[in-house]
Amino acid sequence: MPFLLQALVYLGAAVISVPIAKRLGLGSVLGYLIAGVLIGPFALSLVGEQTDVMKFAEFGVVILLFLIGLEVQPSTLWDMRKAIFGFGGAQVVGTSVAIAGFSMLLGLPWQTALAVGMVLAMSSTAIVLQTLDEKGLRQGPVGRAAFGILLLQDLAVIPMFALLPTLATIAPSVHAEAAGHGGGSLVAHLPTWAQGLSVLAAVGIVVGGGRYLVRPIFRFIAEARLREIFTAAALLIVVGVASIMQMVGLSPALGAFLAGVVLAESEFRRELESDIEPFRGLLLGLFFITVGAGIDLGLVARQPLVLIGLVVGLMSLKFLVMFGLARLFGAPARGAAAVATALAQGGEFAFVLLTFTVGAGVIGATLAALLTAAVAVSMALTPVAMILYERIAAMMDAAIPKVVPDTGEFDDSEPDIIIAGFGRFGQITGRLLTANGFRSTVLDSDIEQIDLLRRFGRRVHYGDATRMDLLRAAGIERARMLIVALDDREKTVELVETARKAYPDLVILARAWDRRHAYDLLANGADAVERETFESALALGTTALQKLGYRAHRAYRAASFFRRHDRKSFEELRPIWGQEEAYILASRDAAQTMDRLLATDLARLRPGDAGGAWDTASLDEELKERAERDASRREGAK
Amino acid sequence: MTDQLEPGEVSTGTEAAATSGVLLTLAHPALERSRANRALAKAAKGLAGVTFHDLYETYPDFAIDIEAEQEKLLAHDVIALQFPLYWYSTPALLKEWFDLVWLHGFAYGIDGNALAGKRLFAACTTGGAAKAYHAHGYNRFSMDDFLRPLEQTAYLCGMVWETPFVVHGAALKNDEDLKAEAGRYKARIASLMTTPADAEMGA
Repeated sequence: MPFLLQALVYLGAAVISVPIAKRLGLGSVLGYLIAGVLIGPFALSLVGEQTDVMKFAEFGVVILLFLIGLEVQPSTLWDMRKAIFGFGGAQVVGTSVAIAGFSMLLGLPWQTALAVGMVLAMSSTAIVLQTLDEKGLRQGPVGRAAFGILLLQDLAVIPMFALLPTLATIAPSVHAEAAGHGGGSLVAHLPTWAQGLSVLAAVGIVVGGGRYLVRPIFRFIAEARLREIFTAAALLIVVGVASIMQMVGLSPALGAFLAGVVLAESEFRRELESDIEPFRGLLLGLFFITVGAGIDLGLVARQPLVLIGLVVGLMSLKFLVMFGLARLFGAPARGAAAVATALAQGGEFAFVLLTFTVGAGVIGATLAALLTAAVAVSMALTPVAMILYERIAAMMDAAIPKVVPDTGEFDDSEPDIIIAGFGRFGQITGRLLTANGFRSTVLDSDIEQIDLLRRFGRRVHYGDATRMDLLRAAGIERARMLIVALDDREKTVELVETARKAYPDLVILARAWDRRHAYDLLANGADAVERETFESALALGTTALQKLGYRAHRAYRAASFFRRHDRKSFEELRPIWGQEEAYILASRDAAQTMDRLLATDLARLRPGDAGGAWDTASLDEELKERAERDASRREGAK
Repeated sequence: MTDQLEPGEVSTGTEAAATSGVLLTLAHPALERSRANRALAKAAKGLAGVTFHDLYETYPDFAIDIEAEQEKLLAHDVIALQFPLYWYSTPALLKEWFDLVWLHGFAYGIDGNALAGKRLFAACTTGGAAKAYHAHGYNRFSMDDFLRPLEQTAYLCGMVWETPFVVHGAALKNDEDLKAEAGRYKARIASLMTTPADAEMGA
């Protein structure tokens, strides 16, 4: 198939299916996988054999690990040693043994069973990290635990390649060397000690090169100001490291990660990231498409039950082992479930290892084909499993309402003020009022914020302030004032509206997002509003004027002018707010008028004074004239 | 104000027809603590024809709107100032108000005739007793002496300086005394709108 046509098919499939999947809430990974299935040889058959594309696409995983490495400082890595070696090691061993045991129950000889266990213990770095990223879980404890495991799996591949051939039960057909992963290794024929030495040497080259060679080279390139050469150099690093690693039989992804960590502290880190980022996205997308295309729908159709059994068995077994281990390592149930769900699929290493084991005569070709399909399907099901996990978690949240959020006893039954929302805005307002001796009851719906505030000894009640029953419990019937300082535009309007309807005499003050929001709030019954950024922006402007050489009082008065004009135009435009066209026209007019007025006002500023006041120029002139007149009169008198 | 007027030509000016009443300008930074000024203001506020103007409430940040203030001055015949005597003078914001609003070319100077013919009236509360404001008292000068700057301001602007209204020892007065003072004050303000100016009576 011509290259352009092939590119057309891949790009077209991605561009069409990924946004649709995203819109349906399925996530981009599933979108790519579906696109792959559709264009694959077993559905529309728009693309043929995947092996070449697959190899190319796998490079996306290498780039991904390089980018992750860039984010990981060596010290962070050291802090993660327990997660990597403890939890990760336990996972690989535990899952391998569990799957092997289960396979033996199904009648496989122990050698084959163990090989299957090791192959299936691997998870998919690309799918896991991409999925966690999309769910916003990658930076948290879940992401760290998952990442530690994935990193150890990458490491574990090395001994596995050594171990697997010894489990051969079938006469090897082709020599293992031909298989994908170890394919490029130049040292396979060397004795073990020499291989070990070469591995150390390779790692040394990557670390030393990253430390001492890359920086001067990059500085030299950066000075040449050729952006594309910088990008090329960045790619060269990744490709170079991957090749070195492959030569000594290490995982290229692992090497790329190592290189990333070494460069994480260099000043070129951000630039490397932004240069390589697009390649990662595209190549990973391609990788997911090839995985999708590789799912043998024929096999699925012929042995649907076996395959379903395999996939379900694989994922539940991996989930259970991982969940149990995570709990053992002290993770909370929710987090353990998230990690276990995320890692429950087979990984891209399984494809490589399966090819390798078939070659080495460890696993039969039919079984390998079945396992390949099962792994691919399990990868495709991961985003679905994550969605399922989220649904169940949400349902569990709904089933145990108001247990986590503790509203707290409303002991002060007669507050003067109720403050809804106690974040960056409400806190300042609230503290001013409390310092002046007013009693306030504070409601906020952000649990973390409340925990923090409680640790500082402040009484904050948990609750959605838009609920009238909660406001009543907080004492709104006896309060003099409600201050709405929520961070949410719609909720602010909603609360102002309901509170005004229920309590016509209550004084309601509200934090407004911008002018339109302010008008909206006033129209819905707020007594007064304040645009949340207005005063602070003016204050910064005043400081700016001072730093530009204005004396403090002149800067202050200039800001006062501005404030007055702005508030005036706010009132003037209020009646036509809501009539979109008219409002835009009028506000443009008002802005121009204001600028003009402001300019007139400020034009009267002479150095050292402001706005016509203390402007003694006209007086000076009059006094001078008078003095001249007096002088000439004296002349005349003489 | 732009047209040049001969000094003799100015009396009440063209604004006379539109002007009326008293602009009662109150300057007290802590009115909530002042029994005397509250009582006085409350009594005068209710009078028809009095525009009550609380300076510290309007301009807590001293950012006085010059145009708006000049319009207010133009719209009234009597400019009344009510304030506590601080350091033998007006509170800071009232002084700022003069500095910013009573400008050359508006209130005084060859072109500054806007206030000519209007009456300027000061009502003042003091902490010390009446006998302290005397050549032999511990304040060594009379209230008339301390209010000279205002009197001269009126003169420079071509205004009529009305006899000031002073409440001495304001903090020591009991409620009944204050009530009596407030009654006197109210009558005085009312009289400013009905009787001819002091100057015209030949005071």
